Amino acid sequence: MLLLVLKRLANAVVVLLFVALLAFTIFKFLGDPVQLMLNPQATQEERDALTQRLGLNDPVPVQFVKFVANAVQGDFGMSYRNQLPVMGVIAERFPATFELVMVSSIAALLIGLPLGVFAAINGGSFMVRVAHIISMIGVSVPAFVIGILLILAFSIELQVLPAFGRGEVVDLGFWTTGLLTSSGRYALIMPAISLALFQISFIMRLVTSEMLEVLRTDFIRFARARGLRARAIYFRHGLRNCLMPVVTITGMLIGDLIAFALVTEIVFQWPGMGFLFVQSVQYVDIPVMAAYLMIVCCIFILINLITDLIYVVVDPRMGATAIGGSNVR
Amino acid sequence: MLVDLERPGGNPMTNTTTDRPDPSPLLSVRDLSIDFVTRRGSVRALDRVSFDMVPGEILGLVGESGAGKSLSGNAIIGLIDPPGRIAEGQISLDGRRIDTLAPRDMRKLRGRSIAAIFQDPLTSLDPLMRIGDQITETILTHLPVNRRQARQRALDLLRAVGIPAPELRIDHYPHQFSGGMRQRVVIALALCADPKLIIADEPTTALDVSIQAQIISLLKTMCREHQTAILLVTHDMGVIAEAADRVAVMYAGRLVEIGPVEEVLRAPKHVYTAGLIGSIPSLNRRRERLVQIDGAMPRPGSVPSGCPFAPRCPKRIDKCAERPELLPIGNSQAACWRAGEGHSYA
Ligand SMILES: Nc1ncnc2c1ncn2[C@@H]1O[C@H](COP(=O)(O)OP(=O)(O)OP(=O)(O)O)[C@@H](O)[C@H]1O
Ligand code: SF4
Ligand SMILES: [Mg+2]
Repeated sequence: MLLLVLKRLANAVVVLLFVALLAFTIFKFLGDPVQLMLNPQATQEERDALTQRLGLNDPVPVQFVKFVANAVQGDFGMSYRNQLPVMGVIAERFPATFELVMVSSIAALLIGLPLGVFAAINGGSFMVRVAHIISMIGVSVPAFVIGILLILAFSIELQVLPAFGRGEVVDLGFWTTGLLTSSGRYALIMPAISLALFQISFIMRLVTSEMLEVLRTDFIRFARARGLRARAIYFRHGLRNCLMPVVTITGMLIGDLIAFALVTEIVFQWPGMGFLFVQSVQYVDIPVMAAYLMIVCCIFILINLITDLIYVVVDPRMGATAIGGSNVR
Repeated sequence: MLVDLERPGGNPMTNTTTDRPDPSPLLSVRDLSIDFVTRRGSVRALDRVSFDMVPGEILGLVGESGAGKSLSGNAIIGLIDPPGRIAEGQISLDGRRIDTLAPRDMRKLRGRSIAAIFQDPLTSLDPLMRIGDQITETILTHLPVNRRQARQRALDLLRAVGIPAPELRIDHYPHQFSGGMRQRVVIALALCADPKLIIADEPTTALDVSIQAQIISLLKTMCREHQTAILLVTHDMGVIAEAADRVAVMYAGRLVEIGPVEEVLRAPKHVYTAGLIGSIPSLNRRRERLVQIDGAMPRPGSVPSGCPFAPRCPKRIDKCAERPELLPIGNSQAACWRAGEGHSYA
């Protein structure tokens, strides 16, 4: 177990270094920071001073090492747009995205898993066909379309839910949450639904196909022959054995949404990271973009690590191979 | 504490001899026919199969691949794969019809009165669950015991089927056992509720030859100790000779011969049985020559209306175009127009 974690961490460091190189390249060769940071009337002396201060006269490898060293300490420099530390800007936006994604993902699991199991057990029935068609729509209609439709229905026609923003938030010091105020919770409903619809459909379809696969296996047949109750067969033996792909896919979905929920965030003017990223692209705010790249990468690595750990917990065979132990015979 | 599972009305007869089926059999299969209904029509895969089993007996079921052996076993435990369905006939256990039971009542019977062992022990166990948990969940499903008692019974069962160090092994996962050990675990699972009948569908086919004999002898011991009847499906006449009291021979969905093992092997009444025995080297030593039955068994849907074996039968006569019924002859029953003649096939 520990070995697995260490191995994964070593891999992660390599990947991160690679991404850092990419981020650094963007940083270095896309636009001239001196140009972007100073106003056009600045004198040559001012320019030289800034170039010196930013370390842009150092050899490129030295600059890279400095970049990495700073990044490790969470220092990605100053945002060009508002002259604030990049890390602070992103940290301020992260909770909004994280809360949105987690709420919609948890809802998606709570709804998608049982639906998937139900569809696998009652394949061919009328209800299942209806659910199947709805899930087809769910995976093919883009989230922003659903978002716009929701706004039209609930904000403009019925006027029961806010069309944009995050509502009131409570500042916990390290984290700002919208979950503790009622306006924050209301504001969360529509963006979460428009994200969750895809996830629900996706998870449901995945669980259904995996379940159908598992239900054909010998051990399910043997479980039936042992006279186990249907609930035990479907959930204890069936669902558990298709959790692996579900865990993997859900992890990827969550990572994907944290990084790229930007369309939904724009539709709802949600003050999250995706929204920030789009703004920073508009302003050619290179430090923010570079930091964003690194952070998204870290999030994916973290999610992968968590997924692997869940594997080890769920599947005893994984534990045995992961720690390199041999089977007891 | 091991829960006492005395069966009221259980028949304590020993079955070392070649007794005729008891007048009140444990299992009675009557004219059982199974159809597979598809869009292109229905085909008959099992055709009016009848046989009885008495408590504690081991009945071997042999026949070529596709003869309907597994189908018969699956019908008895009520697990026929779709689109198969029982078209006619009936199955009774202890005099009570079970083929018409509601699914939930049949579910309670499975694992409790009738257990099953399948061919491949490597895939019969849930890979994600400790074997002890799989055994206790089965016990708790069927018996009125608490968790602690169930675990104790699981330990006793593991010990009984010959798992070394059961206190340690009970908490291991299936992948930590070898094939032979896993099949022992599967047998323990089948014995959880002390069933009256076990359907063992090729229980040793997937195992190493060296382990096959051990598993067969374990089944035999368990059967004798607990008065459990076993329907032993196999391709292996050697296994039949070794373990079974009686043997039933199937061909193309029909039962063509059934009788005491010793008699069937010594004096087969059906020409197909004679051919089957003739093709087994170990049993054939005195018969000088190995006989191959030419041709292939017909698939369901293309079985001749008369004797199903007729197209391949060297002793075919005109009468064989009519269907021969399963009739008593000697201590056996056979469905062959020339059953009285004795066939050495050599
Ligand atoms: N689900 C099914 N759908 C259609 N046909 C089936 C199905 N299951 C079995 N059959 C057919 O029924 C016949 C009997 O099959 P069965 O599995 O009982 O054979 P078997 O005697 O057990 O053979 P084997 O020795 O290969 O296990 C075969 O011809 C098979 O093709
Ligand atoms: S009934 Fe006729 S065809 Fe069939 S086995 Fe007997 S002799 Fe052969
Ligand atoms: Mg079979």
